[in-house]
Amino acid sequence: MANKVLLVFAHPAFESSRINRALLKAATACEGVHVHDLYAHYPEQMIEIKHEQALVDQHDIVVFQHPMFWYSCPALLKNWLDSVLSYGWAYGDNVGKLQGKSWVHAISTGGSDSVYQRRGYNQFSLAELLRPFEQSARLCAMQYLQPFLTQSVDTLSDERLQEQAQEYAAWLQKLVNDELPPEVDSLQSEQAEYLAPQIEKGIA
Amino acid sequence: MAELHTPSLLLESAIYLGAAVLAVPIFRRIGLGSVLGYLFAGVIIGPWVLGLVADTETVMHFSEFGVVMMLFLIGLEIEPDKLLELRLPIFGMGGLQVIATGGIVFGLGVAFNLDWRLALVAGMGVAMSSTAIAMQILSEQGALNRPAGRSAFSVLLFQDLAVIPLMVLLLVIAPGAHTSNGVHMDWLAILKAVSLIVLLVLGGKYLLRPVLRYVANTGLREIFIAFALFLIIGVSILMTLVGLSMALGAFIAGVMLADSEYRQELELDIEPFKGLLLGLFFISVGMSVNLDMVMQQPWLILGLAGAFVAFKLLLLFGLAKGFKLQNGDSMMFALTLSQVGEFAFVIFSAAVDAEVISYEHSALLNSVVALSMVTTPLLLLAFNVAYRKRLNSRRKHATHDEFDEERPVIVAGFGRVGQIITRLLTGVGVVPTVIEHDPNQIEFMRSFGYHPYYGDITRPDVLRAAGIARAKLLILAIDDAQEALETARYVRKHYPEVKILARARNRTYAFDYMDLEIDAVRETFLGAVHLGEKALQEMGYSPFQAYRTAWKFRQHDEKMMRDIHPIHADMQKVVSHSVRTRQDLAHTLEQEMNSPVSGHHNTAWEGDTKPS
Repeated sequence: MANKVLLVFAHPAFESSRINRALLKAATACEGVHVHDLYAHYPEQMIEIKHEQALVDQHDIVVFQHPMFWYSCPALLKNWLDSVLSYGWAYGDNVGKLQGKSWVHAISTGGSDSVYQRRGYNQFSLAELLRPFEQSARLCAMQYLQPFLTQSVDTLSDERLQEQAQEYAAWLQKLVNDELPPEVDSLQSEQAEYLAPQIEKGIA
Repeated sequence: MAELHTPSLLLESAIYLGAAVLAVPIFRRIGLGSVLGYLFAGVIIGPWVLGLVADTETVMHFSEFGVVMMLFLIGLEIEPDKLLELRLPIFGMGGLQVIATGGIVFGLGVAFNLDWRLALVAGMGVAMSSTAIAMQILSEQGALNRPAGRSAFSVLLFQDLAVIPLMVLLLVIAPGAHTSNGVHMDWLAILKAVSLIVLLVLGGKYLLRPVLRYVANTGLREIFIAFALFLIIGVSILMTLVGLSMALGAFIAGVMLADSEYRQELELDIEPFKGLLLGLFFISVGMSVNLDMVMQQPWLILGLAGAFVAFKLLLLFGLAKGFKLQNGDSMMFALTLSQVGEFAFVIFSAAVDAEVISYEHSALLNSVVALSMVTTPLLLLAFNVAYRKRLNSRRKHATHDEFDEERPVIVAGFGRVGQIITRLLTGVGVVPTVIEHDPNQIEFMRSFGYHPYYGDITRPDVLRAAGIARAKLLILAIDDAQEALETARYVRKHYPEVKILARARNRTYAFDYMDLEIDAVRETFLGAVHLGEKALQEMGYSPFQAYRTAWKFRQHDEKMMRDIHPIHADMQKVVSHSVRTRQDLAHTLEQEMNSPVSGHHNTAWEGDTKPS
């Protein structure tokens, strides 16, 4: 059975983001993926909680597509998490609304993979920086999946960007077909490939 | 006691400024306009009434600089491409105007058995109009970019160009001048003039901006102003050296800077200088009216001034009609250029120097010219009264202003609502076509620099003329709710691809627009919600809490509008629906009060929260 995918997109300056425009265009064409542009939907940045909860209810997988802002997500997405994942609905005693659903990020970063490494330029790996999300998903009893990354966005050539957009579409299609990326559990799998400490990668 | 002697410059400045400060506000208050106020002040302090100032000629030469600065400012508003578009009016209208006016006056003079030289000089002088008065009037009327204004400006520009050949002609007809010598000078002068203009254009294009950037980078505002003044004065001096009009040089310098990043700063800096000097110029014109001479031959001078103005009015009106201007625009055009200009003074004094005419004739002509300048503000006054009367009487008739260009956005109505929309759009560079049907409102907004068009938007022909067929967006901001709705229906039917945004008087109209699937905004709704939000703050809500509550209320109300829409014709159902939803609202807002952000009133964060 096909998964219903809700793509929650957050970029405050979407019109000037080359990368996210290309990715979102690819996503919009995907069958079974519902694109929900937060900044377009809520220009006043006030979120209709009931409406959002109903949306999440109707889907199996929530993809959060956003650029990396200060090692986290843009403000409106944080606002969304703060208000939509409310007590008694997303978490709390005897609450299981979100159980079994999946939580996954599609993130673009200005820096390359190598700057997001332990003791690298940013001191921490991406997986480490994303741990607040991972734990949030855990608290909501959701599966937290390995993110889709688009990195070094400033130097990405147009051809490479097109390939990346196609890969993104394929990745989303797999989500729909229930071919899910591996689940991330930092506590158990520090050795998961994309967050391998730099020593193992041989970078001094 | 020589050290106590006040410098005459200071004394005279005080007299000029004082006279202006006394006269101009009064004239404006009683609706006669600032130009007439300055002229009157000049007559009063001039040698023939109070005699406070003796040296009128120096002042006039000095204050002519106001005209130069005005042309510089006008140039700043016109980018080079736009200037090229004006070729036809400049050379066609301007050329015809100068040649026809000069020729007919000359012919009449000869027919009346005047000395042919005197007739020719008079013709040359009369052909000129006053740039200072005309441009001041056009900008006060907000007509610079309207057809009348552009045509008038083109003609004035040609007159500035005509200065060189006319001055050369003076030398040629001077008694005793060697014709061959004159022709020789002619070529040299033209060569010099052309090369200076080319130099100016090139310099303006490649040299000026780096220099301006360098000066601006010093961060010293007064140095920037000093450079701007230096530039204008420098160019003017160069122009006089080759016998061209200073104003023309300043205009070219302005055009070359029209698309530079310093345009606005230059405008702001030069504007006050221009205003003061121009006022001074009008005062000196007032002073140069030789009242003695007028008293001696009142009928001759008044008659000549009246005849020249009437003749110019007729000729200019015919010219404008020939170039297919509308009646109202033609009148405006003729009126602004109907006076004999300041350049006539220059021609006459040069003619006296060259012994082409006698001093007495020149003094007589000068008084006629000054008097003709006084007529313009008076004529304008009469024109405005008549024009407004006609507009008021034809409100319900088929007339409307001519629209200059088709723009993607049309704003209908320029009252409280239309103004705000227009200011916002103009602020981001989207200048809409604004249509208003109240002439008084148009007049009022023009004084703020806006240029709404007169027209009744409910009329299909006005919509068509405003360019509805190619518009992207029509914003209905007119006060009459019923007329707005009917216009919306008409446009929806005949121009379905035009997006309409409407101001809805109340819910009923909002529903009507919803029927048409037109985006409408209830005109008092947001303002009232905002007041409510402020009230909540006064009642102890924090600013964000008040905002959030008001936002919730908006969402609720807008949803209710959508829900009621299908049943809005049935009053009973509407009432019962709103009673029901009022409870929902209370419930929602109460919830809002209690759960700000993901609820901190629970123990989930204490641990042991694994969902079952």
